[in-house]
Amino acid sequence: MTETVKNTLLFVAVGSLILLTGFTQSWNAAILILNMGLISAIMSIGVNLQWGFAGLFNVGVMGFVALGGLAVVLVSTPPTPGAWTGGGFGVILALLLGAATVVAAVITAQKMPKGRVQTLAIIGILIVGFFVYRAIFDPNVAAIEAIDPAVAGNIGGLNLPVLLAWPAGGLLAAGAAWLIGKTALGLRSDYLAIATLGIAEIIIAIMKNEDWLARGVKNVYGIPRPAPVVGYEVELQADPGFIARAEWLGLDPVTASTLSVKLGYSLLFTIVLLVLLWMAQMALKSPWGRMMRAIRDNEVAAEAMGKDVTRRHLQIFVLGSAICGIAGAMMTTLDGQLTPGTYNPLRFTFLVWVMVIVGGSGNNFGAVLGAFLIWFLWVQVEPMGLWLMNLITSTMPEGSALKAHLIDSAAHMRLFTMGLILLIVLRFSPRGLIPEK
Amino acid sequence: MDFLNALVALSNFVLVPAIAYGSQLALGALGVTLIYGILRFSNFAHGDTMAFGAMIAVLVTWGLQAAGVSFGPLPTALLALPFAILGCIVLVLVTDRLVYRFYREQKAKPVILVIVSMGVMFIMNGIVRFIIGPDDQRFSDGERFIVSARDFKAMTGLREGLAIKTSQGITVIVAVVAVALLFWFLNKTRTGKSMRAYSDNEDLALLSGINPERVVMITWIIVAALATTAGVLYGLDKSFKPFVYFQLLLPIFASAIVGGLGNPLGAIAGGFIIAFSEVTITYAWKKVLTYLAPENLEPSGLVQFLSTDYKFAVSFVILLIVLLFKPTGLFKGKAV
Repeated sequence: MTETVKNTLLFVAVGSLILLTGFTQSWNAAILILNMGLISAIMSIGVNLQWGFAGLFNVGVMGFVALGGLAVVLVSTPPTPGAWTGGGFGVILALLLGAATVVAAVITAQKMPKGRVQTLAIIGILIVGFFVYRAIFDPNVAAIEAIDPAVAGNIGGLNLPVLLAWPAGGLLAAGAAWLIGKTALGLRSDYLAIATLGIAEIIIAIMKNEDWLARGVKNVYGIPRPAPVVGYEVELQADPGFIARAEWLGLDPVTASTLSVKLGYSLLFTIVLLVLLWMAQMALKSPWGRMMRAIRDNEVAAEAMGKDVTRRHLQIFVLGSAICGIAGAMMTTLDGQLTPGTYNPLRFTFLVWVMVIVGGSGNNFGAVLGAFLIWFLWVQVEPMGLWLMNLITSTMPEGSALKAHLIDSAAHMRLFTMGLILLIVLRFSPRGLIPEK
Repeated sequence: MDFLNALVALSNFVLVPAIAYGSQLALGALGVTLIYGILRFSNFAHGDTMAFGAMIAVLVTWGLQAAGVSFGPLPTALLALPFAILGCIVLVLVTDRLVYRFYREQKAKPVILVIVSMGVMFIMNGIVRFIIGPDDQRFSDGERFIVSARDFKAMTGLREGLAIKTSQGITVIVAVVAVALLFWFLNKTRTGKSMRAYSDNEDLALLSGINPERVVMITWIIVAALATTAGVLYGLDKSFKPFVYFQLLLPIFASAIVGGLGNPLGAIAGGFIIAFSEVTITYAWKKVLTYLAPENLEPSGLVQFLSTDYKFAVSFVILLIVLLFKPTGLFKGKAV
């Protein structure tokens, strides 16, 4: 069996799993798995770019995904009336001053002669800068948050089409990644891991606490959909032409409208995935991709050949994070809401890692396959676990405490299963389902 | 100006909580640093190991409470601690046998072991949630305070009260005992010396006839004991919630790295540095400053540098500063 046949069969197998969901459970569930699978596949491509191509150990995926979601709010929601004149510019000014303080401190650290005077100067700049920043920042934030706090209380967005928010999410994530990469990429692999883990937590903390930005834990609802590709159920159900088409397919209008909306998303996501996959494949085959793998396999040798390892690492770190940002923006669009409280590193960082490792790190198709497979399992392990628990407990007496506990706990089977899959793959097929060529 | 009241307020809100939290972090960081020194990888499953040990302690405590056993004014969980340590030792030894040993024999790269520990993290997290559920569990009992704020005020006649919780007192005492035992073991016993030799130079240690599997096994046993103790103390002080233990991973790693990975003394120092910075930077200083400032010059705001939700940011920034200026940590750690 050749490589291509085997890989095609693997994709067909995962596809049939999703189709099987459609036939046995519901098509809505199946398309939901497909849509999140597509988004997960994009995240996997991002992580694969960093880990598979360059060997960078980034466990801050969650942060970049969340930044993508933030971009959606900042780009596509309507602006809050009065927020910009009330305090928006003041906040921007404060943030610029804060950044200027840090830059001034860094320049002092680099340019001034070393010694006690330098240390005192740095500390002085930081302290004065911090108090000036807080003095301007606090009243302006209070002004913004006072505007209609029940529904707004944030700066609002630019009211642009939501599709523009996807590249914007990529840009925002790329910007953050550049800052992080500049400071943390020189570190050894496990230090980089801890650093990125911390940065992701900080990004989530900022999104939860800075209410003026995107309402914090009060969440943002009603993010516009990428019309006209994705419609609104109510409008579709009122459209006589749509009802006629639904009847022709033998579906009732309500189900048909929900399916139509989800399929609209699937179409958009598939286009993005195909474009990114094509780009990642081209990058992998190009001289640049070969250089990346050379650096990954032997940094010292690559450096001796005149490759600027730090710059290349920064480059690929920014690119991979940007892809995760795009995926995050797409996910927030699909949800129609931004809920910073739901970002959890197990789900958004480590699960993506499981996808890449199971699929095959270093191989883009492997990452995509792993994403679909693991996402399918992540969703389906819960009902499967419940079924298993019902089977195990079927002989136990009704009303026994153990039985109730086992059935209640079935939902937690998924973490266990993911860990088990990861360990089994690492042990018996460490290069993944579709290994790197 | 009222220096005494300021000092009491400072102790009550900053010093006492930070010392207790620092002891918990130090115990956690010791586990991370020992694994790094002997097994040579960063164990991402450490937070969940702590959660597993603490979970057994919670379950045994409930059992003892149901059986009517109590420890007088002290929390029953202390009686449950030895059982919890035993349970945790069994878990980590089984994990080592089934998972890590294979990669050790292969001489896999440290980064592979880190990814493997990610898988172990998922499994342990799943087991804990499966057995006890994801919710908050309280299991502290006995006397709540060693010194309560009201008694302190009555005793000294000051306006500010000083409260020391039993859990805080126990945390410090247990941590001191555990650290003393660990250092006695590492410095005085033959096995401890062989562990340090193995950590310093693996090949040389093998040549002098040290059995690596035995060193690894003892390391895991010590790590399980430290992790369970840290987990139980943290649970007594705050409350037991599996996800919180997972999140402790960041300050624990920050402590270990700031002190110098692989260096036990550094882990303890790092734990206190991180704890004190977190508490001082996220504490609202208004009260203390109001006592210290002259009349009419009291601060109007809360004088809080960062909101408490940014405590991760504090540990992280310290971590970054130390790494940029002193990459091996404050105390000389290993650089693999």
